[in-house]
Amino acid sequence: MTLPRHGRLWLLAALTAALLPQLLRLPPWFIPYCVALLGWRLAIDLRDWPLPPRWLRVLLTLVGIGGVLAGYRTLFGADAGLALLTVMLGLKLLELRSLRDAMVVIFMGYFVVAGGFLVDQSIYVGVYLLVNVLLLTAALIALSHPAGPQHPFYLRRAGLLLLQALPITVLLFVLFPRLSEPLWGVPKTSSSASTGISDHMTLNNISELVDSEEVAFRVRFDGPVPPASQLYWRGPVLWVTDGRRWDPVSRDLPPRWQMLPGRYDSLDDPVRYALTLEAHNAHWIFPLDLPASVPNGMALTADFQLLSKRKVIARQRYELASHTRYVTGPLADEMYRLGLRLPTAANPRTRALAAQWAHLPAQAIVDSAINHFRDQPFWYSRRPPPLGDHPVDDFLFTTRRGFCEHYAAAFVTLMRAAGVPARVVTGYQGGEVNPVSDYLIVRQSDAHAWAEVWLDSDGWVRVDPTAAIPPHRVEATTDAQRFRSTDAATLNIDLDWAQRALAELRYRWDAVNDAWNQWILGYNHQRQKELLEQLGLLRFGWQGVIALLAGAIAAVLGAVTIYLLLRMRGRHDALVRIYQRYCDKLARIGLRRAPHEGPRDFARRVAAQRPDLADSSDEIITLYIDLRYGKGDAATSLPLLRAAVSRFHPGVRRASD
Amino acid sequence: MATPLTLRQRFSLARFLRGLGAEAGPILLDRRRVYILPTRHGLLFGAVIIAILLGAINYDNGLAFALAFLLASLGIVSILHTWRNLLGLRVEAGRCAAVFAGEQARFPLGLRNDSAEPRPAIILAPDGGEETVHDLAPGLSWVEVVRPATQRGRLPLGRFHVATRFPLSLFRAWTPLELAMDCLVYPAPAPQRGLPAGEAGASGSGGDKGQGQDDFASLRPYHAGDSLRHVHWKTAAREQGIHTKLFTGETAQELWLAWDLLPGLDTETRLSRLCRWVLEADAAGITYGLRLPTRVIPPDFGPGQRRRCLEALALFGDKP
Repeated sequence: MTLPRHGRLWLLAALTAALLPQLLRLPPWFIPYCVALLGWRLAIDLRDWPLPPRWLRVLLTLVGIGGVLAGYRTLFGADAGLALLTVMLGLKLLELRSLRDAMVVIFMGYFVVAGGFLVDQSIYVGVYLLVNVLLLTAALIALSHPAGPQHPFYLRRAGLLLLQALPITVLLFVLFPRLSEPLWGVPKTSSSASTGISDHMTLNNISELVDSEEVAFRVRFDGPVPPASQLYWRGPVLWVTDGRRWDPVSRDLPPRWQMLPGRYDSLDDPVRYALTLEAHNAHWIFPLDLPASVPNGMALTADFQLLSKRKVIARQRYELASHTRYVTGPLADEMYRLGLRLPTAANPRTRALAAQWAHLPAQAIVDSAINHFRDQPFWYSRRPPPLGDHPVDDFLFTTRRGFCEHYAAAFVTLMRAAGVPARVVTGYQGGEVNPVSDYLIVRQSDAHAWAEVWLDSDGWVRVDPTAAIPPHRVEATTDAQRFRSTDAATLNIDLDWAQRALAELRYRWDAVNDAWNQWILGYNHQRQKELLEQLGLLRFGWQGVIALLAGAIAAVLGAVTIYLLLRMRGRHDALVRIYQRYCDKLARIGLRRAPHEGPRDFARRVAAQRPDLADSSDEIITLYIDLRYGKGDAATSLPLLRAAVSRFHPGVRRASD
Repeated sequence: MATPLTLRQRFSLARFLRGLGAEAGPILLDRRRVYILPTRHGLLFGAVIIAILLGAINYDNGLAFALAFLLASLGIVSILHTWRNLLGLRVEAGRCAAVFAGEQARFPLGLRNDSAEPRPAIILAPDGGEETVHDLAPGLSWVEVVRPATQRGRLPLGRFHVATRFPLSLFRAWTPLELAMDCLVYPAPAPQRGLPAGEAGASGSGGDKGQGQDDFASLRPYHAGDSLRHVHWKTAAREQGIHTKLFTGETAQELWLAWDLLPGLDTETRLSRLCRWVLEADAAGITYGLRLPTRVIPPDFGPGQRRRCLEALALFGDKP
């Protein structure tokens, strides 16, 4: 069977739409390549160009495969595989002959759409998925309809099919049992550039995170949101410094002590929350200080970093619990030594300052340093001046402007120089509550660094030197607020209504995104189990769920069938029903139509037996015969007939009779 | 109209594969007649869905799950659409015009779409023939099944499928049908031209004056098959009934086209030659009769005579 031209054009349109987002992602040389292939196809369909000769197709194939190899150094893996699929799809278009070819192309198109989900699963992609399926379905319809182009009809029918398919899709999505483990090892996916906290910090570098409004993670607390002063989200802990750069204990070769989970005594009930972490291509989970339990697939280090065993390469949802008041256990010797180590040559003035405090008790040393930041003219600035060879010295005694990293590094340097074990902790601080849906949004701009010192009485204690800077010395008001409140309204109190409306809109959009993450992307085995348990559907086990799924789908299909049958029921059926009603009314007074009796004969018999009914009966029969066998117009005559039959009361004898 | 099936008929595999045998129309394609199964494309579509689903499970990818489920739902819903596109269609046999062997027999089939919506892409697939695709608007549409007429005699329409793959070509709904309907196939006219020499009017009863076309002789009541050219319209206009004008003429001759005139030939060749003679005699307007071993058609002329003679030739050797 040859392919109708309108079918080929729909196919081309649908495929172009499916390929579009991929093209933007692939190496740039793909764009002219694919545009050329699609363009040729269009010329074949519109201008009757010939299919390209075989040698040219082989050449184009080699060019495509070579291009993929050059770009990715492999033909396997998600990225290269997707690129290869795109090339094959374009080439297949150039040898489109039979319906089978067209089907193969459409099915490859579905794979391309699905492949794109490995890279991006945002709401936009979800909506675009519907557009893609709509177009591909319309293409299937056009290809199945050789009689000729009826473009709006294809789109309408595709929309109808999609609309009827959606309830079943939702049922399958919610009830189809999800597995807790992948079927086989998940290969490493693209190292898509994702922003997030880095595993080290270097003074002098302006952190690009400070200005980023990207969401780092969202948190939904089981109870009330803890006060802002407790919202420290723990990430990498930095121990090792050369005076300028701070690094964690090597993750590749961690010392033995680091492998032992840190221990502490909790002083309060745990805070429970669900944390939905955006992909950041690293292992940290950012629990609230300090994590109370270690979920499966994670490990806790001695310095209380919660690490996922796999890199977080896709958005993930974690159920976590934390204690905000705690006393940590004893200090290992190695940790003690590492917590005091400083490079001997760097930052001499800082060490001289700390030496003055060395005779004081540890708590007093901490207070002295904090007072120093508060009393001296230190400013909080997102754009601090550059620092020289002894960065901490320069910061403490010359520039006195910096952000959290400067304060944390300077403070820890002072502590170590004064003989108090200390370390830098990085992560996030605070977050803003989305008033629309009551969860906390933590953005990249909430990235923070603070310090922990070891006090004999309390163990490791968090000290945030940045928070010591009085608000009037903070350059941006939002920075001044962040340690004091998570209430969005206080941030916007002096903004005009337009900005407030914009902020409101932003919260609503973020709430939609959050719901999308929770229910579409994060809907996994765990979530499904929770939901089904809440709904009481797991009472009969998974077999019960499957039976329910089958029953619900059957119900939807039944409804669709009834709809389709009613919609297709034509004027013939309506006519027959009305005529039947007329016959039924007569049957009730004993005038039964014989099976062989035609309408005219029957009417004649009725008129003979009941002259009073002759007129009304004749009107009905005339209309009926005209509609059934003549040229009666259903739009006008059918309502007339229906009304006439409704008025027809053979049981009532007229007074004139 | 279709009669109810017995239980045995209903579940017979033969019915599924071959239909019910020849039936008189019209036939309503109701639920028990319409079958539906996935096409090759449908099976491939299923494989694609399973592949996407496996990927979704493995990468725990929510949107891939959504896509797999959406495609599966589309496939399921399309079953209903395909089924409904065929369900309720009525098929009736039309009158099939006779053809000569070697020509294409055209079987007109009436497809009545009683629904308010058009039925797109309804496929007519005769066994061993080329399938044709039709869009059926509401109401009655006439379509043709064309089969080559290779042999004289009665050519049955044979078994055919009414089917549809609309809307997605993933499923095919079909009904195997066999309508009691056939096409009369005349023998192929032999290439040799020229009529046999007439056995002059002497044959037959002597009192027959013979009929010609030159001189008007009398009127007789119209018989079906008489040429319209010879109708006496004046009497018809006076409402005195339709009459046919009879002529006599010097050229009036009565030609017997006889089986015996073609000795030594095989049956089919003889029939072919006779067929050619009938056509030529008819074209010349001659009064002719046909004499076959089994049947004699008395001399006459006009379309009725032509049809009678050709029919006798077509069915020669059949049991009556």
